[in-house]
Formats: sequence, C-alpha cells, structure tokens
Amino acid sequence: MNEVVSILIVGVGGQGTLLASKLLGRILLDEGYDVKVSELHGMSQRGGSVATYVKYGKKVYSPVIDEGEADYIVSFEMLEAARWAHCLKPGGLIISNTQQIDPMPVTTGAAEYPAGLAETLASSGIRIDAFDALTPAVEAGSAKAVNILLMGRLARYLGIGREKWIEAIKLSVPPKFTEMNLKAFETGFGMN
Amino acid sequence: MKRLMLGNEAVARGLYEAGVRLVSSYPGTPSTEITEFAAKYGEILCEWAPNEKVALEAAYGASLAGFRSACAMKHVGLNVAADPLFTLSYTGVTGGLVIFVADDPAMHSSQNEQDSRNYAIAAKLPMVEPSDSSEARDMVKYAFELSERYDTPVLFRICTRIAHSQSVVEEGERTVPDRIPYVKQPRKYIMMPAYAKAKHPTVEERTEKLAELAETTPLNRIEGNSSELGIITSGTCYQYVKEVFGESVKVLKIGMQNPLPSRLILDFASSVKRLAVVEELDGIIERHCRTLGLSPDGRNILPPVGEYSQRTVASALGVTSPSGAAFPGSDALPGRPPVMCSGCPHRGLFYVLSKLKLTVLGDIGCYTLGAQQPLNALDSVLCMGASVSGIHGFNRADPESAKHTVAVIGDSTFMHSGMTGLCNIVYNASASTVIILDNSITGMTGHQQNPTTGYNIKGDPAAKINLEELCRSLGVERVRVVDPYDLNACEAAVKEELTYDCPSVIISRRPCVLLKYVKTAPPLKIDRDACRSCRRCMKLGCPSISIKEGKARIDGTLCTGCEVCTQLCPFGAIGRD
Repeated sequence: MNEVVSILIVGVGGQGTLLASKLLGRILLDEGYDVKVSELHGMSQRGGSVATYVKYGKKVYSPVIDEGEADYIVSFEMLEAARWAHCLKPGGLIISNTQQIDPMPVTTGAAEYPAGLAETLASSGIRIDAFDALTPAVEAGSAKAVNILLMGRLARYLGIGREKWIEAIKLSVPPKFTEMNLKAFETGFGMN
Repeated sequence: MKRLMLGNEAVARGLYEAGVRLVSSYPGTPSTEITEFAAKYGEILCEWAPNEKVALEAAYGASLAGFRSACAMKHVGLNVAADPLFTLSYTGVTGGLVIFVADDPAMHSSQNEQDSRNYAIAAKLPMVEPSDSSEARDMVKYAFELSERYDTPVLFRICTRIAHSQSVVEEGERTVPDRIPYVKQPRKYIMMPAYAKAKHPTVEERTEKLAELAETTPLNRIEGNSSELGIITSGTCYQYVKEVFGESVKVLKIGMQNPLPSRLILDFASSVKRLAVVEELDGIIERHCRTLGLSPDGRNILPPVGEYSQRTVASALGVTSPSGAAFPGSDALPGRPPVMCSGCPHRGLFYVLSKLKLTVLGDIGCYTLGAQQPLNALDSVLCMGASVSGIHGFNRADPESAKHTVAVIGDSTFMHSGMTGLCNIVYNASASTVIILDNSITGMTGHQQNPTTGYNIKGDPAAKINLEELCRSLGVERVRVVDPYDLNACEAAVKEELTYDCPSVIISRRPCVLLKYVKTAPPLKIDRDACRSCRRCMKLGCPSISIKEGKARIDGTLCTGCEVCTQLCPFGAIGRD
C-alpha cells in the first residue's frame, strides 16, 4: 500500500511559509522519499490566508491536500489553524503558533477575533500542540525565525534525525541568518 | 542530480537543456518564474518585454534568425499575443519556437478562468501539457523537436498546480542544436494574401500529420488493465485520478492536447465498460469524444468551473472521501482577504479618490486591491490597459463625466498597454484624467523590472523610459508628478486636473515599500490620551492600524512610518516619541 504523509503549512502571506516548505521538501528528498510541494504565488501573498502543501511517501501523485487528508497541520497563526482544521485527518495533529494576526475585517471592527481557539479545537477532540512561537523566535533574533522554530517542533514528531535538519537549514538560509535559525530550530525541537 | 523543482523551474531547466537562445516574456502569475529561472542560466538571453505580443514577436524574430526561442505568459497574456500567434501558424518557424501558457483554474491570481486549449484549436497549433515537473522538463525538449520537425510554433500549457508545485527532477546536459541558417523565403515568411492563401492548405495538412502523430506519441499513454472503468485525463487531473484510483482503473493520459487522437481514444473506450473524462475548465477532450460517437461521463458529473482535487474526482466517480475534523463555527471565522501592504504608496492616493467620491476606472496589479473595504476606490477592472482606453469612451459618450472620473494604472501596466489608450485620448480628444501609479516595479507578480525602472531582468542597468516625457511626447500637455504620501498635494492635483478641458496625466510616484532599496521610517505610535476614537485613521485600511480597547493602535512591527495616517488625525494623536 502506498502510504503518503501529508503536511499542511498555513499562515498569513509574508510569514515565511514558503521557506519552511522548501526546507521540509529538501530534507524529505534527501531521506529518499518521493516529494511534492504545492504553493501559491501572486495576489494571495499580500497578507492573505496562505497554505502550502507538502506530501511525501514512496510515490506521491496529487500535490494538493483536501478535507480530512492532513497528517499534520503546521499553523503560523491561531485563526489560520482553525480555518484549515477541516483538512486534518482524524487522529492527525495540529501544531500551531498561538500568535494572533488580525485580518482586515477584525482590524476594521467588522468582525471579532474569536477567543479561545486553541481550547475550542482541543475540546472538539482535535489533537493540538499550541504554543507561543513568536516570543522565543524574537529571543533567537527575529520574528522571522517563527518558521524554523515551528519546523523544529514538527521535527519532534516526524522521526527524521535532528542532524539532517541542521544540515538542511545551513543549506537553505543565507549564512548571516544561520546561527539565528539554528537557535530557533533547537528551541522548537527542545520545547516542552 | 535529483532536485525538487517548481514546474516553472523545470520548464526553465528544459529551456536550458534544449539549447534555447532567447526567451522573451511579460510577467503574469502563474507563469512568471519560467523566465526568472531561465534568466539564471547565462547561456540563455532573457528579457522582460513590455507585453506578451511584443514578447512573442521577439521570440519569433529569434526563431526567424535560426535559433530556438520561447516566450512565457499567463492565460490572459495569450489574448494579447493572439495576433502574431494565429499567423505564425501559417509561416511556421526556422529555429524551434515554443509558447508557454499558464492557466489559472480557481483564479488564484487572475481575472478570468479561460482555458488556453481553445487557442490551440483555433490557431491550429500543436499543444502539449505535462503533469509534473519532471514531465515538464522532458516535454520542453520534445516540444522543440516537434516545432522544428513539423515547422510550427508549439503551445505548451501548464496550470497553477503544475507551475507552482515542486516535484523531483533529474537534471540533464545542455545540447545546443546547430543554427539553421536564415534563407530569404518570401512565400514562407511574407503573409500577404497571395502567399497566405497558398500557406493555409499546408496548415491543414500539418494538422492531419499531427493528428496521426497523436495516435502514437509517447505523450499519450495508457496505464492500468481494468476493463471496468476507463478515464481519459491530462495535466494536474491525471494526478488526482491516480491518487484516487492508483492502478485500479485504466487511464488514458493525454500529454498532447491538440490535436487529440481518435483511434487511440476509440480503442481505449472499447476496452472498458464505463468511460469518463476528467479535465479542468472546458470540456474539450469530452467534446472530441462525442464527435467520435462516444458518450463519456464528464461535465454531467464534474463542475465546469474552478480547480479540482482528488476529492472532486472521488466524489464525482462515487468513491468515498475522508471527512475532516469538524471545527465548531468554522463558517463564522473572520475571512483574511489579501490587503495592500503597510506603507503601500497606492493607499494615500486611493484614500483621496475615495474621499472625493470619484468614478475610478481601474486596471490590473496590486492596486486592484484598492477596490476592497474600506477604500472602495475602484469602479471597474477589466484587463491590462482597459482603464485608459475605457475612460476615453466613458468621457466621450458623456463629457460631463470627465469632471469626476479618473483612470488609474500602474507603471508596468501603462507600458504594457496603457500608452496606446493614451494616444487615443489625445487623438480623439477627451478631457480624461489618467493617474499612473508609478511604484517603479511590476509589483503583484513579485518585483519584475520593466522599461521604466532602469534595470533589466538580470538586475543590470538598462535604458529607463521617462514617463513624463513619454506622456508629453504623446501630446498630453498637462503632466504632473505627486507624492502619494502627501494627501493634500494629491487632492489638490486631482481636483485641479479634473477642471481642465484637455487630457491630463498625474504620475503618483513612490517606489514599492517592499523594494530592498527603500528605506522605511521608524514606526509611528498613537498617543492614547489624545486619541478620541474618531476612527478617521481606520478609513485607510492599513493593516498596521487597529482599534484596541476603544482606541486606535499601531502595530510597530508592521508600520513603515509613512505618515499618511498622521495627516488624517484631527487630534494630532499619531506621531513618534
């Protein structure tokens, strides 16, 4: 049987979801898997809700992840975790940054940012690992390191050697940001 | 070496390996990265052209000179390039010529959902379509061979999910074919009636030969052995079908979209009990099946709009799909539409247009986002250049409207097809006011250079076309420049130009805030004691400003310090420490 693992990476345009998927794709390819990564460019990137699909296994056909198919959802923002939760496979896991970024309808006051999203998700029987990734990312050097920190958290679950990740990070980010990103990765990987 | 590549990068790799000499394109999502990746190869001459028609004609010129050449565009770009396309079908090529066209099912970043396969049929050109990056790389080489062997331009279709999906590609070597010497052949290259009449029958003969090829080309292949269900599919849909069914159904994968095979389809149909066609957008393969006397399932079970997935295919063909975790109240979650960035230079100008309650004919680019709440600054958006051409007709038909109507168009879009509309305004004399939103880059597609920026695709210095001089030389006497961060200056300029009984151009000039060389100011702050909650600043739709506990708040991590909001605050509550 062809087992494919599906990872949905969601967030707000500009948060660095594309770099995270690039890193993940590179590691999985090195591990000998067939890999597909699907992303969107253009208008949706301007602060809109964005989703990147990463799928790997012996043979991957479709590059997209639809309802009930994701083994993991890695969310860079709390509201986006809720928005994409329907894509989670029963028994799958949501890893989410608890950071809140107000979408325009909330900014203008036309809507309210829903309270207690992580709790609501957990109480509806969804496995969720929600934590503040922003503060430790800033401590590591920049809010931009949230993406690598979340990858560190995902790495705990995927069972791919830590060294492989470190090697891939070194190859994926510009040299002057290597140290910051390695720190962010280690923080995500080690956090309780 | 094996690498993960976007479909667009794989196409560029194919261009490199096929020994292509020149690529000329205009950016358009989801096709843009083809040319950007090709430009990374020093061996390929790559250019951004002002529009797709110019791009295709430049590529045609390189082909005429005996070199392999290409151009890439989004689906609507092919509308612009359609004029040379149809007659190139008659002249054929010298060096191989391949035209890449990227369709955008679901309109992730487009104004319509047209299916480019219709062009292949209408222009009588062969069209190929890959299903992943590896196939894309291989098919580029095949397409050039096809082009030279059959003396025809070749259309190469991809969709968003091919263009912007990464899959594994094995890199090969570059092989440059010998240049085909240019020989003067008036009957081949001069399409005046006498010669074109002689050429048309050869196009029909070529189509017959290509239809024969379609029966045997390895691009069309059968997989699986089932005699129950047979599915004819292509492109991304092939992946969805395989994901749902694996080897349990028989699949006829169509890699050559035009002309379609007939005997191959008839044989395939006769080998299965039930026949279905799975194709996104128009039912072109299905229609072909019907002309062969077949009655496949297709549009009767699958939607004619939008992008499919494995779920769409499964539910249409009666396979149960998994249901997702239900999140209570997911329908009530606030949406997150794309927005103009903090510090976007278009915002100040749009605020003024909105405040003056003008009718605004808009155009294609980042600034289309000005149509949304709370700015509501646009009345129409049609296609590249239509703001400038449209305002002329609007004002000619009703001269009174010239007093309260403007057109807005970006710098790149103006060079693409706004200039000709401006000629028309001058020549046919409407008192139209055109605002060029000059952010010194092609923004929406991800910062591509254009003829007004002073740099070429490689980032090297290039000739810089001066917009003021260009507009004056077209006969516009009233040309002025404003800074869109200066609300009073914008308002004064717009009000004044609307009073003149002659064409005006206002250039709203400030570089895109996301450009690396743009230095932003320190973030602004709200003095909560001074803020009276009047919400005036909220009318800008700036993502940095929100209302927290009744008062305005500025997110210091997003704010670029543009001070547009400072100018709006009647209580002087916005400033710096």
